[in-house]
Amino acid sequence: MQGREGLGLPLQPGAAGPLARDSIGDAHGGHAAPREQKVEARSPVVHDPAALISARGLALARSGRPILTGIDIDISPGEIVTLIGPNGAGKTMLVRSLLGLEPIDGGSVRRRDGLVIGYAPQRFEVDRAIPLTVARFVALGRPADRAEVERVLADVGAGKLLRRQLSELSGGELQRVVLARALARRPSLLVLDEPSRGVDYAGEAELYTLIGRLRTDRGFGVLLVSHDLHIVMAQSDRVICLNRHVCCSGVPQQVAQHPEYARLFGPQAARALAVYHHQHDHRHDLAGAPRPAATPGGPAGESRS
Amino acid sequence: MPDPYLLRALLFGLGLAVVAAPLGCFVVWRRMAYYGEAISQAALIGVALALALSLDLTAGVLIVTLAVSGLLLLLGRQQVVPFDSLLGLIAHAALAAGVIAASLVSGRQPDLMGFLFGDILAISTADLYWIFLGGSVALAALISIWRPLLSLSVHEDLAAAEGTQTERIKFVFVVVLALVVAIAIKIVGALLTIAFLIMPAAAARPLARTPEGMAVVAAAFGMLAVAAGLFMSVTLDTPAGPSIVLVLAGLFALSILPSVLRRGR
Repeated sequence: MQGREGLGLPLQPGAAGPLARDSIGDAHGGHAAPREQKVEARSPVVHDPAALISARGLALARSGRPILTGIDIDISPGEIVTLIGPNGAGKTMLVRSLLGLEPIDGGSVRRRDGLVIGYAPQRFEVDRAIPLTVARFVALGRPADRAEVERVLADVGAGKLLRRQLSELSGGELQRVVLARALARRPSLLVLDEPSRGVDYAGEAELYTLIGRLRTDRGFGVLLVSHDLHIVMAQSDRVICLNRHVCCSGVPQQVAQHPEYARLFGPQAARALAVYHHQHDHRHDLAGAPRPAATPGGPAGESRS
Repeated sequence: MPDPYLLRALLFGLGLAVVAAPLGCFVVWRRMAYYGEAISQAALIGVALALALSLDLTAGVLIVTLAVSGLLLLLGRQQVVPFDSLLGLIAHAALAAGVIAASLVSGRQPDLMGFLFGDILAISTADLYWIFLGGSVALAALISIWRPLLSLSVHEDLAAAEGTQTERIKFVFVVVLALVVAIAIKIVGALLTIAFLIMPAAAARPLARTPEGMAVVAAAFGMLAVAAGLFMSVTLDTPAGPSIVLVLAGLFALSILPSVLRRGR
């Protein structure tokens, strides 16, 4: 593993260091750098060549206020990386700048050649002016035949929605359909910004189990944004705790015990997590309906390198 | 046997209805009605330009609609004045400039009514070339960008993250819109052109379940309105452009009525 935040390495402090959490707006990147993307700013900047997507010293400011500083991040094929952090930590902005949707103010972002991204944005407002069936919406991401659209909708538990109008869906249904569109693209990188909005707690666990299983089947990398480390523990290979800079990162259990994590989320969260074991004698599908217990797909948190 | 001018007007109008329908759907979906308004009201400057330089009228109008599209692109970069205010400003500044320019150029009292509301008597064989050749180019261009344009109209960020070249696609769309507006000025006039784009699409929306279905129904409504509007114009001696637009308004009223009665959707 070549990434500096690679799995298996001991827990590392973020670029700005654990004690410098509040010193936002340091010399990293800053405003001197021109707005650039996919540009290697200075020769010493080295991106992980194996990474699907990689950022070095990424900085972002809006209206003169720094939002992100000195972010180094790599996502490797087959790896599930979860971004957690409090509200206003810049999680969505980081995701958007990695995707090229936001101009960056410093550092560099590199996306691997031929990278196919499947993306589920945090907020998805349906425009009722456009008549659109669910099947058509899914096929808009990549031309796909009927059978494939049906299969991918069935994968996310939305098989029955095929012929419905997009504007008639509930929030939870819409989330699943957007995920189906991302999967229909046969992505090499799946980017999900809070995919569990509108899904209840048990449905959320099911959702992450599904993402873990699909990752194992198809080998894509996953960048996941979550507000809650608790629920993503079992499926994440690596967790990055963000609060405008990388506070700490590592395997979920390590992050949960890190003092920076406790500072951000409170000591109760860390304590609760340390002893947390999910005991479930049944499962829930994405719509929340219970199903008989079954063996989980693949060893959770399997080590990958 | 209808007069040749009426036959030309009918052919022109039917051709325009086919081209304007899918384009009008995107104008509705992308909420660009006032954008279209601004560039079509600027068309009068193009009329004056064509008269002054002895150009083809549609060519003169096309130069101006493209120029105004470029101007709006530049003005869209600032964020101090909201874009809709900007569109209103440009639309009326362009109308004022166009009326003045047209009156200066023609030397006598120009037939402003004809330019503002359309004139079926003015439709020449050259105009038929414009609608059938220019219209085919516009339609082909629109079909070639259909999927990415639809995708970015549904959700622009999602389309961009998936690799759609959103700026390039939007640029092509704006050029096609400028072309069709320039052609449409002849029959419905600078003030009613945008109505001919958005009304068939709006009337088709309640009846459609797919984007393409909406475009097809819009084309049918447009053709029906052209035929009925011209008939009304000939029999009642009403101005042709306004007659077409009034028929479209009637079609829209009928189509939207059930949704209004149901409250919602």
